[in-house]
Amino acid sequence: MASLKDLRNRIASVKATQKITKAMQMVAAAKLRRAQSAAEAARPYAERMAVVLSNLAAGVSQGDAELPRMLTGTGDDKTHLMVVCTAERGLCGAFNSSIARLAREHANKLLAEGKTVKIICVGKKGHDILRRQFSKQIIEFVDLREFRYVGYEQADMIGRKVIQLFDEGEFDVATLFYSRFKSVIAQVPTALKIIPAQVAPEEGTEAAAGDGGESLYEYEPSQQAILGTLLPKNLSVQVFTALLENAASEQGARMSAMDSATRNAGEMIKKQTLIYNRTRQAQITKELIEIISGAEAL
Amino acid sequence: MATFHFELVAPERILYSGEVEAVELPATEGDMTVLAGHAPAMTTLQTGFLVVGEGSGKGKRILIQGGFADIGPKGATILAERATPLEELTAQSLEEEILRVRTTADAKDEGPEKEALKAAIHKLEEAKATLRA
Repeated sequence: MASLKDLRNRIASVKATQKITKAMQMVAAAKLRRAQSAAEAARPYAERMAVVLSNLAAGVSQGDAELPRMLTGTGDDKTHLMVVCTAERGLCGAFNSSIARLAREHANKLLAEGKTVKIICVGKKGHDILRRQFSKQIIEFVDLREFRYVGYEQADMIGRKVIQLFDEGEFDVATLFYSRFKSVIAQVPTALKIIPAQVAPEEGTEAAAGDGGESLYEYEPSQQAILGTLLPKNLSVQVFTALLENAASEQGARMSAMDSATRNAGEMIKKQTLIYNRTRQAQITKELIEIISGAEAL
Repeated sequence: MATFHFELVAPERILYSGEVEAVELPATEGDMTVLAGHAPAMTTLQTGFLVVGEGSGKGKRILIQGGFADIGPKGATILAERATPLEELTAQSLEEEILRVRTTADAKDEGPEKEALKAAIHKLEEAKATLRA
């Protein structure tokens, strides 16, 4: 049986923890708003890029001209590159582990098929998790800890790295792993194939392209040259979008994790206080009995 | 004068959206001006100033560093890799930028890529001179 002092200490420590988790929740909520607005601000660029690219790709594939390899792929799928984006910090529920789990399953499946897997880790946490199993496969680890908010520059840096590896013939297929932000309580780990580029026109964009009359376009310098410069840019934009979604997801996950932690702490305090009060009362009763029985004995 | 819809989108935000009379673009094949009713065209952009003409002599200058223009029948959209409005430019940030581009250029072998970077440095230095004036 714990003494009263022990109980008091325990309650005080839970209270202190609750204060921390509460503060973390509020910080996450503020950061989430910022991350969400950043993700929203970046959306028009990605959308327009997709429209332009699908227009271009549709126009090019009609001609018999040679297509860039980024669009068609190398015609092989022996070596796979996985770009796994996670957070730099923990304490955000299952956020990091669910992305890592998806990546791990993907990698295991590819390895079972006898394919070569190469991994680029973006973010410390994913690297920590994947390192245990795939230390041989990890070729690079990108640390974004020094940046408070991810900008396009960092995404472009990762994009350039991927393209450089692709140009050197280091891999055939690239997949991007990140967490899509659905809502504060739901983040969906997603795998997105980035090379060969997925530019299959969607229903909506096709209509937009149709009334533009893409065959009338004048291209300067040439359609191939534009497509060639646009595809790497599109890759960077995709990485950028993934990083922004990840940032929003991370804060959302942290917010809900800290919310439940705060609630748990509250419950624990209630339980401990009850035990404390009972123990205290029992002690008082015991003391009273001692006094009374002492008086009676006289 | 007739106007058309113009949008300038940077990766992080939309920088300009509205009806304009004319837009001067630093295209890779040379500067070009887009007026209302321009033939549909797509072109890549290099480093340089984009000039938006809002009519009656009013205008805006925005420094573009690489990007892409999509001129359609309904309007023009520019996807700029990096864009900074003239108001946000400072001599110091420009100098840092020149240094950054120069170090990338120095690391490259001779070729069209290096030429493009050299042209970019030239443009940035021009921009710095304009800013000082």
